[in-house]
Amino acid sequence: MRTVISGGRVVDATTTDDGRLADVVIDGDRIVDVVAAGSASSGDVRVLDARGCVVSSGFVDLHTHLREPGREESETIETGSRAAALGGFTAIVAMPNTDPAQDSRIVVEFVREQGRRAGLCDVHPSGCITIGRAGEVLAPFAELAAVGVRIFTDDGNGVQDPLLMRRALEYGRDLGITLAQHCEVARLTHGAVMHEGACCSRLGLPGWPAIAEELMVHRDIELCRLTGARMHFLHLSTERSVELVRAAKAEGLPVTAEATPHHISLTDEMLSGFDPVFKVNPPLRTPADIAALKRGLADGTIDAIATDHAPHADHLKEQTLDVAPPGMIGLETALSVALTELVDTGLMSVRSVLAALSWNPARIAGLETVHGRPVASGELANLVVFDPSVRWTVDRRDVASKSGNTPFHGRELSGRVRHTILNGVAVVVDGTATK
Amino acid sequence: MKHLRSIDELGTDGIVRILELSAHMAEVNRRSVPKVPALVGRTVVSLFFEDSTRTRISFETAARRLSADTMTFSVSTSSVNKGESLRDTVETVSAMGVAAFVVRHKTSGVPWQISQWTDASVINAGDGWHQHPTQALLDCHTIVTERGVKPAPGCLAGLRIAIVGDVKHSRVARSCTEAFTALGARVVIVAPATLLPPDASPWTNGGEVEIAGDLDAVLGDVDVLYMLRMQRERMAEALVPNLGEYSARFGLDRRRVGSLKKDALVMHPGPMNRGVEMVVDPSEVPGAVVTTQVTNGVAVRMAVLFDVLGGSEAEVNR
Repeated sequence: MRTVISGGRVVDATTTDDGRLADVVIDGDRIVDVVAAGSASSGDVRVLDARGCVVSSGFVDLHTHLREPGREESETIETGSRAAALGGFTAIVAMPNTDPAQDSRIVVEFVREQGRRAGLCDVHPSGCITIGRAGEVLAPFAELAAVGVRIFTDDGNGVQDPLLMRRALEYGRDLGITLAQHCEVARLTHGAVMHEGACCSRLGLPGWPAIAEELMVHRDIELCRLTGARMHFLHLSTERSVELVRAAKAEGLPVTAEATPHHISLTDEMLSGFDPVFKVNPPLRTPADIAALKRGLADGTIDAIATDHAPHADHLKEQTLDVAPPGMIGLETALSVALTELVDTGLMSVRSVLAALSWNPARIAGLETVHGRPVASGELANLVVFDPSVRWTVDRRDVASKSGNTPFHGRELSGRVRHTILNGVAVVVDGTATK
Repeated sequence: MKHLRSIDELGTDGIVRILELSAHMAEVNRRSVPKVPALVGRTVVSLFFEDSTRTRISFETAARRLSADTMTFSVSTSSVNKGESLRDTVETVSAMGVAAFVVRHKTSGVPWQISQWTDASVINAGDGWHQHPTQALLDCHTIVTERGVKPAPGCLAGLRIAIVGDVKHSRVARSCTEAFTALGARVVIVAPATLLPPDASPWTNGGEVEIAGDLDAVLGDVDVLYMLRMQRERMAEALVPNLGEYSARFGLDRRRVGSLKKDALVMHPGPMNRGVEMVVDPSEVPGAVVTTQVTNGVAVRMAVLFDVLGGSEAEVNR
């Protein structure tokens, strides 16, 4: 039976204006027709109402922690995939800091297979840069690339050793892969709980200085120039980092960057109540950093909005700030935070936010033949339908993720996903996952 | 007031209220039987996750003089070592019927976390580098008593107080700076840049607090010299080259004692590092009130317990 997404405003990578009202007809796993709104034949079709909504290629998250294998009390690939689908994501890149880490073919294939079984979104495992993310021995890039791994990172740790990072870039250059760096000079952040500044000074908490990120961004830009290899910067959080990446891009270096919804919306002041939910790495920073990240997204310096979805079970977050693990969930609120912070404020158009959520990250992840495609006949039906104007209040008890560590609990946000279609299958209908 | 977690939460009026009550408690402590039935039947639990002898004993003495029952929960003997979470520990002890927790922890913010998980009052006996409000209150009480002024907003106006040493890692410095300035004093923080908080603007913005790097330049102009403990483990972090150099720049030796104003008070929260920040013995310093601070600690903590647990004046006077 065919499915018709009816009466929505289609916005995709080819759109140059506000989009056009259309009916999108899906048969099997593909889009078979895009016609003027109201003109799709009725009859034996399933209709997904999209009036008042935007229809776009599905979102791609470059940065998801799914916790399986090893930390299933906090998230599983199935629950994380469901959260992703509800957030409008049709593909996610699974970070490698699982236990065991994603540094071997067997673990990578396990993650991919669990994603396939859940069937809620395309799960693309990343690979480690170093074995066990220990920063000592390179992971087998070619072995992992052969089974489809495109992003390599030690996320959670930055690669500290400049020689090892140089080797990784050189060795990986010919394999069609992208190295993604978690920029943090560990010697400068030992024991850090939050941004180093006035707030941490007042609260007596050890600070994570901006320069610990910026030094590594700077080093890796230089290594990128030296080696000519592609480099992606994960979760940029500081004003100066944005400037460094902007300059590198102006020079024509093959660098890309992402920013998270929480880093463009929340400041270090959130820690004033000492709630470990707001502990995250890199930490929440200052209004000036937020403004710089938003400018970076608006002018294209920052290519993608990535969630750094990092679920942690309640009992882990209910520890003291020094031992509670860093991280916050974000899949189910990413679109809404982006619309609230970037579109409602007039900084960006819906189309440019979609670029940062869909086709830009699809390209960085090497998924551009399957995700972030134009909404056009013949294309795979990986689509999202969202209402950009609906206002809703985030409730930590009402999330699909297995963990409730959202920093947006109680916040009113704009826009919510209504339907998500993965390879022609409606995995979310009217805001509810179908499996 | 339900909890005492920070000077900021207490506010100027709260500080004055505690100081007035402390004078009253000091009078109780001078009686032949220094005990009143103000908190009979109430249980005060010392929840100490970090070693401390003087603060714990001071609180327990205070609680007993108010006739409260006291229990001590220290981490070395507790099930925390068996992996019990902070929340479970608090909820378990709380379930036994506790009126107040007196909390000491090496991590900032723990008293705020604990107060989410219990109906009992929470009194902060030191959290990380953040706050140690009863220390600041006993220091205010000491200054007010020694200077013979009546506790009131602005009662320390005109005084210049130097806080010297490792301010970065000091909950005492944070609490004292806030309390002293709340009562109208001007504070000068004296430390090498490596031992200052990364950004001192929360204090300096108001104009009552300034930063100095040269102790000798401010010594002759202060009414109170407040020396902080210099922890030996800071050497490992390369925050100062060695203790000898630190002592030469920031230690109180005979020469510096000679530069002090005649009526200047010299204070230290203890425990002292003799030969480091205290090169002279306090007994050789005319204005030293280090032991008086300890004595005053009991009265001030009685006042705090009485205030958070809502005892009545009549019971104190009985």
